[in-house]
Amino acid sequence: MMGLLSYLVFFLIIAAIFAIVCLGLNLQWGYTGLFNIGIAGFFSVGAYTYAILAGPHHAARLGSFGVPFLPAVALSMVAAGLAALLVGLPTLRLRDDYLAIATIGIASSIQLVASNERWLTGGTQGAQNIVQPLAGTFSSSLQYNLFFLAMMLVFVAVVYLALERMVHSPWGRVLMAIREDETAASSLGKNAFSYRLQSFVIGSMVMGLGGALYASFITFISPEDFLPVLTFQIWAMLIVGGSGSNLGAIVGAVLVWGLWTASGSLAQMVLPADLQVKGGAFQIVLIGLVLMVVLIFRPRGLFGSRKALVSHGAKTPE
Amino acid sequence: MIAQLLANGVILGSTLALGAIGLTLTYNILNFANFAHGSLLSWGAYLAFTFALAFVGANSADFGPLSFGWPLLLALILGAALTGVLAIVVDLLVFRPLRRSNVQVALVIASFAVSLMLRNLIVVVWGPEPKYFTNNIQIQQQILPGVRATPDQIFVVVLALLLVVLLHLFLKHTRLGKEMRAIADNPVLAEVSGVNVRNVIYWTWVLGGSLAAAGGVFYGLTVQILPEMGFNLLLPLFAAAILGGIGSIYGAVLGGFVIGIASDLSVAVISPGYKPAVAFVIMILVLLVRPSGILGEKK
Repeated sequence: MMGLLSYLVFFLIIAAIFAIVCLGLNLQWGYTGLFNIGIAGFFSVGAYTYAILAGPHHAARLGSFGVPFLPAVALSMVAAGLAALLVGLPTLRLRDDYLAIATIGIASSIQLVASNERWLTGGTQGAQNIVQPLAGTFSSSLQYNLFFLAMMLVFVAVVYLALERMVHSPWGRVLMAIREDETAASSLGKNAFSYRLQSFVIGSMVMGLGGALYASFITFISPEDFLPVLTFQIWAMLIVGGSGSNLGAIVGAVLVWGLWTASGSLAQMVLPADLQVKGGAFQIVLIGLVLMVVLIFRPRGLFGSRKALVSHGAKTPE
Repeated sequence: MIAQLLANGVILGSTLALGAIGLTLTYNILNFANFAHGSLLSWGAYLAFTFALAFVGANSADFGPLSFGWPLLLALILGAALTGVLAIVVDLLVFRPLRRSNVQVALVIASFAVSLMLRNLIVVVWGPEPKYFTNNIQIQQQILPGVRATPDQIFVVVLALLLVVLLHLFLKHTRLGKEMRAIADNPVLAEVSGVNVRNVIYWTWVLGGSLAAAGGVFYGLTVQILPEMGFNLLLPLFAAAILGGIGSIYGAVLGGFVIGIASDLSVAVISPGYKPAVAFVIMILVLLVRPSGILGEKK
């Protein structure tokens, strides 16, 4: 019983972290129509920045700045925002999919830095013993995880409310106007590039927040944690939940993460030992199928707004 | 040493040029960045690998100094044809339904999902370990002052150039080739001029898929075959297509060789660990300075 409870708490903490990242993506894609396929990159910038700032002293690696939890998290968000600025500035003026290609590029470049610069990130062996907030205050790990879950719920609520406020403000309405019809919005004097850049940077900062929280919870990160499959999972969460809906982003994160862990456990039970390596591959194919089916048959997902989908997009022959 | 790096770049460029041709064609005609294109390179390599295994033993004397004989050449042709079919199947199952609905923007996301699915299907079918077309070890020989290469590497470069010339003749002198160029230049005008667009789209997938497969086999011959090879090549392929100018076939070939050479030359200056990032940096520079690419038209 206790085992099940701890598992559930652990599951929900991770789901909440993904929900935050998914909310960030929803601002970019759902409200602004920006393709970010480098989510894993911005997530890892947040995670590594937190590890470096809040990390313990480590002989082989930069760290031991002893920055307290909340400022370290805030600075991690800033770092992820700077990475977004770097990609957004050259690409956001150009056609939509150049941004997508550039984000894939920044994600893989960040991963190269994470694997190669041992002094900064711990290299392929990763960064260990990352400081947890209020570590040592609780007597058991279950109690600590319950505390962490409560804290995560607060984080999710704050991010959700902030984003809801933003997208329903005049600022958010301009974002949606640009998404629907850039020419019309520009003719009203709105600088589409500037709004896109703001949305992209803020969304990536939210992803960086997710990364920092992930690092502070798991206490160990390595380049292996930030593979493109992470980006894919977050996308599946948003599409299933419904892009253009912040509630959908949260529900989608819990559902898809549930499907992912359930299929993982199933693969472990069903597959013989020599096929275990392939279990992860099966999981990805499964989530991919779910994503395709939703995209083709119910493109607005569970909670997405119909409005978010019409009219936008280039015309192709046929 | 520079000459050697240059030669290595030309070898990598052979793979990139062939892969970038299909990417730039589908990008221009179907108007979306196909992130699954890299996976076509991997699938081509794995399919050819499987055929090559099946042919082993069937009277397989190697060609002169090369590490393979007829079986691999036959496997390359069959693998390329099947990869073309695979590209059409993916288009029918995923991209076409999405093109017809209102949600065309979802194409990019769908292609990203397809790319991860295709890559993981490879793991399911063939396993995660690297594969090699041959276990023979080839000795590098001096071919020019300061340049050493294996016979297989020379074969790859020569065959890639031959394919580019054949492609040029095909585009210049056949009806289908002219129709492809017409659609790439101006889809609407081509359609009203009586070009059967749907038909040409199918052949574009076949052409792009089989050239990608050839690129994948070349990579397999000169490096190794891995499930993630196509995904890792995706960024250089996009960089090549953008550098050359989206829609420009000759630009893609040029871009492929430039990116290949620049990646390998970079080893002289920066740590080899960052070689994969060179393509990304070049791409960002091109997007900043001349987003239409070298041979592309301004839109």
